[in-house]
Amino acid sequence: MSMEIAIPQPAERETYLNKEYGVWSWLLTTDHKRIALLYLISITFFFFIGGFFALLIRLELLTPAGDLVQADTYNKLFTMHGMVMIFFFLIPSIPAVLGNFLVPMMIGAKDLAFPRINLLSWYLYIIGGVLMLHCMLTGGVDTGWTFYAPFTTNFTNTNFIEAGMAIFVAGFSSILTGLNFVVTIHRMRAPGLTWARLPLFIWAHYATSIIQLLGTPVIAVTIVMVAAERALHLGIFDPKLGGDPLLFQHLFWFYSHPAVYIMILPAMGIMSEIIACFSRKRIFGYSFVAFSSIAIAVFGFLVWAHHMFVAGMSVYAALVFSLLSYAVAVPSAIKVFNWTATLYKGSIHYDAPMLYAFGFLGLFTMGGLTGLFLAALGINVHVTDTYFVVAHFHYIMVGGAVMGYLGGMHFWWPKISGRLYPEGWARLAALIVFIGFNLTFFPQFILGYLGMPRRYYDYSHMPEFQVLNVLSTAGATVLGVGYLLPMIYFLWSMRYGKPASDNPWNAAGLEWKTASPPPTFNFDEEPVVTWEAYNYEELDAPHTEEVRVAR
Amino acid sequence: MPDSTIVGLHHEEQHHPELLHHFADPQQQRDASSLGMWVFLATEIMFFGGLFCAYLIYRRWYFGDFAAASKTISMPLGATNTAVLICSSLTVVLAVWAAQTARRTLLLGSLAITMLLGVTFLGIKGIEYRDKFVEHHVPGASFSFENEPVPGHPGQYANPHHAQIFFSLYFVMTGLHALHMIIGLGIFLWLLMMAWKGRFTPEYHTPVEIGGLYWHFVDIVWIYLFPLLYLIDRHP
Repeated sequence: MSMEIAIPQPAERETYLNKEYGVWSWLLTTDHKRIALLYLISITFFFFIGGFFALLIRLELLTPAGDLVQADTYNKLFTMHGMVMIFFFLIPSIPAVLGNFLVPMMIGAKDLAFPRINLLSWYLYIIGGVLMLHCMLTGGVDTGWTFYAPFTTNFTNTNFIEAGMAIFVAGFSSILTGLNFVVTIHRMRAPGLTWARLPLFIWAHYATSIIQLLGTPVIAVTIVMVAAERALHLGIFDPKLGGDPLLFQHLFWFYSHPAVYIMILPAMGIMSEIIACFSRKRIFGYSFVAFSSIAIAVFGFLVWAHHMFVAGMSVYAALVFSLLSYAVAVPSAIKVFNWTATLYKGSIHYDAPMLYAFGFLGLFTMGGLTGLFLAALGINVHVTDTYFVVAHFHYIMVGGAVMGYLGGMHFWWPKISGRLYPEGWARLAALIVFIGFNLTFFPQFILGYLGMPRRYYDYSHMPEFQVLNVLSTAGATVLGVGYLLPMIYFLWSMRYGKPASDNPWNAAGLEWKTASPPPTFNFDEEPVVTWEAYNYEELDAPHTEEVRVAR
Repeated sequence: MPDSTIVGLHHEEQHHPELLHHFADPQQQRDASSLGMWVFLATEIMFFGGLFCAYLIYRRWYFGDFAAASKTISMPLGATNTAVLICSSLTVVLAVWAAQTARRTLLLGSLAITMLLGVTFLGIKGIEYRDKFVEHHVPGASFSFENEPVPGHPGQYANPHHAQIFFSLYFVMTGLHALHMIIGLGIFLWLLMMAWKGRFTPEYHTPVEIGGLYWHFVDIVWIYLFPLLYLIDRHP
């Protein structure tokens, strides 16, 4: 007992960041917050690799002639860009970084249900990533990220089996994250935190996890079949041997269409948090926003064949899939309308996270509406495999998911790092990203509508496409600057940023009721929830008693 | 009162060295582990689902060829394996019950017999694979399936390409199933070691339960594989 008195009190409060030092305290950690940071570093690395490939693609398309790289190299560039960005950046981005960090804190838990499985998930991601890097360094793959059979199984000379293994392993990392979230959300909520009081970020991650759990195994087994077919010429997908390449496309898109919702749903969860906070209002239509996430997850599984309208399927099947594709727009629209209604008569603050949220609203709406064009059978046939499709899905994945990710990173950065980022620079970066993004991808809608096909490195027979391509390349450069800026000032702020208070935004939500950065077990005492989510009117009202703070 | 609750909790924690720090009580930990396994099994259903989908499509397209190919795999061996696995499910249930009721000998015995039955299954499967290898029915360069009659259609012979698709699916599906069996044996070996050390008590036996869930699931996959692969068009 007397020993304790002799030890001087540490000057600094103990947090998850300074509790232990040393490489192994990170590489063997089971703390969800540290694993989130491990993921943050890894996915940022892959983001810049994927971005580098994108830069080379845009440079090649600056001039109509195929002059910068050769056709084979170009095929590899867009393949590696797609595979890296989708499987190693977008899919893990929000769930594995922000979700990992925030899901336990938002529900008042000490950690995810299975901390060691969480760490295993990161190691699987790294194994997959190393395989992918090795594959790239030894020649890459030219199959397109969609690796369609029979090209992939019978014809390509590149090492698809290794890339497939990389995706297979990374897929299991995604499954384990989803499994952890579902169990944690079901079993670990703090007393009083009913489903109807959950932040919408949690609902969005729950819906995302369902897709990760039920979709990813299908692509995993598809990769097994493709690899077996490629190694042994079994005939499963080879029409010459009685197999059906369309079966591959069905299995592939059964995962890969819902995968888009793995990317966008968590971003939608972030939107709900940011828009409510910076409008100082309860989210409009809470239960509609919550259940629309589940509806997107369910409907998302029933629309995959709209990627295959020109691949040869019955017109009746096409009609049904077209109709269902329209149906999935309904829950998405419900969200956008509810966010807009939340803004109405809110006291809106234009901080950087909110600028990203506004960017998301506009860009996601554009991406969603052009998705409806593509769900229409006639237009779909006209613009299949053109830049219209490329522009559409970049509006969803980059305009939607990446804007959401960046908005979320800014919103929660004070909580993650305990420091404030420089607000002026952040607003500037948000503006640069928005302008750069539109300059890059809006011209591609026009290009695609005019008939420029995707995946072509040479358009010298159509030199009139050059103006729009130059605009797009210029925009990509601006966008690149917009992405570099946050990385620089986030790193800068870790050392020089002003220390953040526990709740710098005066936001609702349990994660703001603990310290910044949080202690290892998140809360010093177990929180008890007695209020609705987004009780901003209550928080801002001067006369009400103070909301209980769990410190 | 609150003080005594806290003391009570501490007391309980000392009694459960298996209670991990982030769970409030053993019940929550048990519920989480059990739900985790159920969710994992849902992903497994989707994993095998892709193969079942491929199987059903080609079986519908090439029914005669599939029936002819199915005739060449050994129904008696498959049926024996089905019986072996059903018995192993019984011993798994006995193991769970033994853990719940603190019957150490029964627990150890049931786990060991389960493993023995699992190894028997893999042994019989190995014999079947060997037969296929000898008959050149393994897909690949040396595959051969000439002049095999289509059951019920005298004078008609199976298309070797289509039969090869059957055997491809046969090997991928039973191979993945066997891989799951091997993983299951690993899990049960670990359970046996833990049980030997006396780690399972009526209060704490979640690993036996969820390991058992996994084993049952792998059994059920076989229950579907057996009729689909072995019993195509077997009626007299």
